[in-house]
Amino acid sequence: MYRALTVIHALGLMLILFSITYLLPIITSEIYDDGTLIDFAWAMLMTFLAGSLMWTLTKRYKGELSVRHGYLLVVVMWTAIPAFATLPLLMVLPNLSFTDAYFETMSGLTTTGATVLTGLDGMSKAINLWRHELNWLGGMGIIVLAVAIMPLLGIGGRQLYKAETPGPMKDSTLTPRITETARNLWLVYLSITIACIVSLKVAGMSWFDAVCHAFAAMGLGGFSTHDESVGFFNSPAIEVVLIVFMLLSAMNFATHFLAWREKSLRQYWSDIEGIATVIVVLASSLLIGCYLWWEGVYPSFWTALRHASFNLVSLATDCGFAGEDFNKWPIFAPLWMLFLSCVVASSGSTGGGIKMVRTMILFKQAGREFRKLLHPAAINPMKVGGSVIPNAIVFSVLGFIFLYFMSVVMLTFALLISGLDFISAFSAIIACINNAGPGLGVVGPASNYGVLTDFQTWVCTLAMLIGRLEIITLLIIFTPKFWQR
Amino acid sequence: MNIIILGAGQVGSTVAESLVSEDNDITVVDLDAAKLKLLQDRLDLRTLVGNASHPSILQQAGIEDADMLLAVTQSDEVNMVACKLAASLYNTPTKIARIRSADYLAHPVIFDEKNFCVDFSICPEQILTDYIRKLIEFPEALQVLEFANGKVSLVAVRAFEGGPLVGQPLSFMHTHMPHVDARVAAIFRQDRSILPTGETIIEAGDEVFFIAATENIRIVLKELRRMDKPAKRVMIMGGGNIGRRLALALEREYQVKLVEYNKKSCERLAGELSKTLVLHGDCTDENLLLSENVGDVDVFCALTNDDENNIMSSLLAKSGGASKVISLINRSAYVGLVQGGKIDIALSPAHVTIGSLLAYVRHGDVAAVHSLRRGAAEALELIAHGDRQSSKVVGRRIDEIDLPQGATIGAMVRDDVVIMAHHDRLIEPDDHVIIFVINKQIIRKVEKLFQIGIGFF
Repeated sequence: MYRALTVIHALGLMLILFSITYLLPIITSEIYDDGTLIDFAWAMLMTFLAGSLMWTLTKRYKGELSVRHGYLLVVVMWTAIPAFATLPLLMVLPNLSFTDAYFETMSGLTTTGATVLTGLDGMSKAINLWRHELNWLGGMGIIVLAVAIMPLLGIGGRQLYKAETPGPMKDSTLTPRITETARNLWLVYLSITIACIVSLKVAGMSWFDAVCHAFAAMGLGGFSTHDESVGFFNSPAIEVVLIVFMLLSAMNFATHFLAWREKSLRQYWSDIEGIATVIVVLASSLLIGCYLWWEGVYPSFWTALRHASFNLVSLATDCGFAGEDFNKWPIFAPLWMLFLSCVVASSGSTGGGIKMVRTMILFKQAGREFRKLLHPAAINPMKVGGSVIPNAIVFSVLGFIFLYFMSVVMLTFALLISGLDFISAFSAIIACINNAGPGLGVVGPASNYGVLTDFQTWVCTLAMLIGRLEIITLLIIFTPKFWQR
Repeated sequence: MNIIILGAGQVGSTVAESLVSEDNDITVVDLDAAKLKLLQDRLDLRTLVGNASHPSILQQAGIEDADMLLAVTQSDEVNMVACKLAASLYNTPTKIARIRSADYLAHPVIFDEKNFCVDFSICPEQILTDYIRKLIEFPEALQVLEFANGKVSLVAVRAFEGGPLVGQPLSFMHTHMPHVDARVAAIFRQDRSILPTGETIIEAGDEVFFIAATENIRIVLKELRRMDKPAKRVMIMGGGNIGRRLALALEREYQVKLVEYNKKSCERLAGELSKTLVLHGDCTDENLLLSENVGDVDVFCALTNDDENNIMSSLLAKSGGASKVISLINRSAYVGLVQGGKIDIALSPAHVTIGSLLAYVRHGDVAAVHSLRRGAAEALELIAHGDRQSSKVVGRRIDEIDLPQGATIGAMVRDDVVIMAHHDRLIEPDDHVIIFVINKQIIRKVEKLFQIGIGFF
């Protein structure tokens, strides 16, 4: 029990830290004078007070967290922070239920980008910025951020870092100290974001839209300031810029960091996973482009390619901007895009899903099984990009895949039993668990998740959290063994 | 010459044996007294037990008067340190080290005067690997040796019934392939050498040594025997230093299977090699060989460090249907027994690698030495210096040179251009001259020809 108080203590510190992030919407509100300043100030104060209270009351239990409580802290944080983040939404939008507000903030922080709100164009600028800021913070991870700026956190930073970062191989760090690693990752993230903001501005957005969309693109979140999403701008230039930055975000940020440190692009060449990501996405874009043109959805090949590539990159990288209503496309195209959203993003990126490296490991494992039958005496190591992957990791990937598919199936059933049609239920779960965003059917890009019942909304919220914490981190605290002493 | 050899392993002892027979004073240093005793019983040399990189031991070995230090211990690091010490403390003129790690070799600056002072680095495993690789590239040849950075090759091949040149006099070669210049340097018939002249008739079963520009090898081979299809499938027994290097060198162009007995090494190899199929098993296990289709293998290489295993697995492979088998055999007695029987090529690692060391020990400016026919014959690449006054070869026509009986000039390389030796060609300063010597006794005489007279200085 004392240990649980240690978790509360750390959570308090995290909340104090999180209250700082309200400053950005407060400043925005001041600039645009949209009258929400007081709401954000209240939210900030409440978060800060709650955090300080938790922190001071449990000060006696300050201490190093065990591995087990590290997991607990991550899960508690990822449920508590979205709850606090709903405060300004609830205050500014009185008609919004807590269920929908929690869905919205969870969708933001897990970088899903699914929304229940309509009338975004007319909404207060501060609220819109807040949603996008959540996208951006969730992208690289709030714990990674905390580890980066607060070495004094001193609560088994490495464990927390491992529990939050996506990907199967988490033992390789870039610098000797975990704080340094986290700080460098955030620095790279920040620099690329600034580059994205400037590029979007040059491509024709207003500064406000550029900042919001850059946040959403870098976190692979996919919130937009318009109901029509990026389709509102109808500008190929903006789409090209977003494609480039979404692809960058779908690669491992460790690669960006190494390339930046060595000032050379050679690192990208040796990032097998990133190369696979880019190749699969580009080849699929071409395929879908040709398919749409062939099917006569768009009259000209170039229009077809433009819409296919933007929407495909957006969905496959788990970003979830919508440029067109792909719900109206022949079913092969959107299903293929949803399938890609499961596998394409690299480990260590801001995207979700199974991750490319796990997909590669599974493919190679299949090859290994064949080889084993043909050459029983062969020594058959798992190799990805020239280095040997220990069997332990292969097993953990197999276990992960099992849990992933079980989660998809079970959650889909949960939506079906609540009365949703199959395509909508299945696509909503896939889109949420991969943190992609828009699904098909009633949750397609033209509509949004507002049509769901409260129960369905909670199921989707759970799917997002499961996806962001890569299932095991979340499910582990529900095992009896976890609570045994 | 006064030579100190550090390390009495396989390389150390064969080098010692070879150098003793060429009138050198040898001291061998090793940690293992038993190994040294074996050497001393057999050869006329001095031995010393101790750590090869300690200055006191080097001093006891007489490094102050040594002309050359040969550091060939198992450890790259010991070899490098010994060379450094010899240079800094005792000013030894020539220092040669065995360096196996590609990591060190990738940075030549490590070996220069300011750092480890290694004048020449050798890697016997690499030499052997290159040698086997050539044999796989030209499966018809018994031996392929390169001179002048690979410009010229000396090829040994057994003549077969059906080759256009077989049964014809040598002079026919020129009329049959007017565009290709090649010279037959020697012919061995039933293990006895025949000095080739224009009238010599090539018979089936002859072992023919010819010299040609490297790009022409295939054309000449075609004249002497029916050509096989180029090799595609290679099976290697033994994943030691040589097997590993060979697999690494071949795996891009060939389909390679490698069998290794030790499970741990298997796993390491499988990690290191990307396309090679690494198999865990005994190399004399016929079931393993059969289930891995040894019958379809084009070249089978038995490269373990156990002679008997190599021989037995080669015999198994041959009877299982492998087209060509190459076997690594350390004991020279065995080499004579098995070569030319069921085993196509028996390789003695010592004889393959000794040449690279001999080049530094020889008098005159010797660029390369290749030991042939188990050390009985030799091919040398000598560099001619001086002018008509100071040298016995420069400025003379080939038929004017007073070559001893049993030596033939095969080719010259001048400014990277290959010139085949005809009797009226002139030798110019700085030519690389490739000479084939049938009899080891006359090597000294040949070297003397190429040394420049006192007047040159």
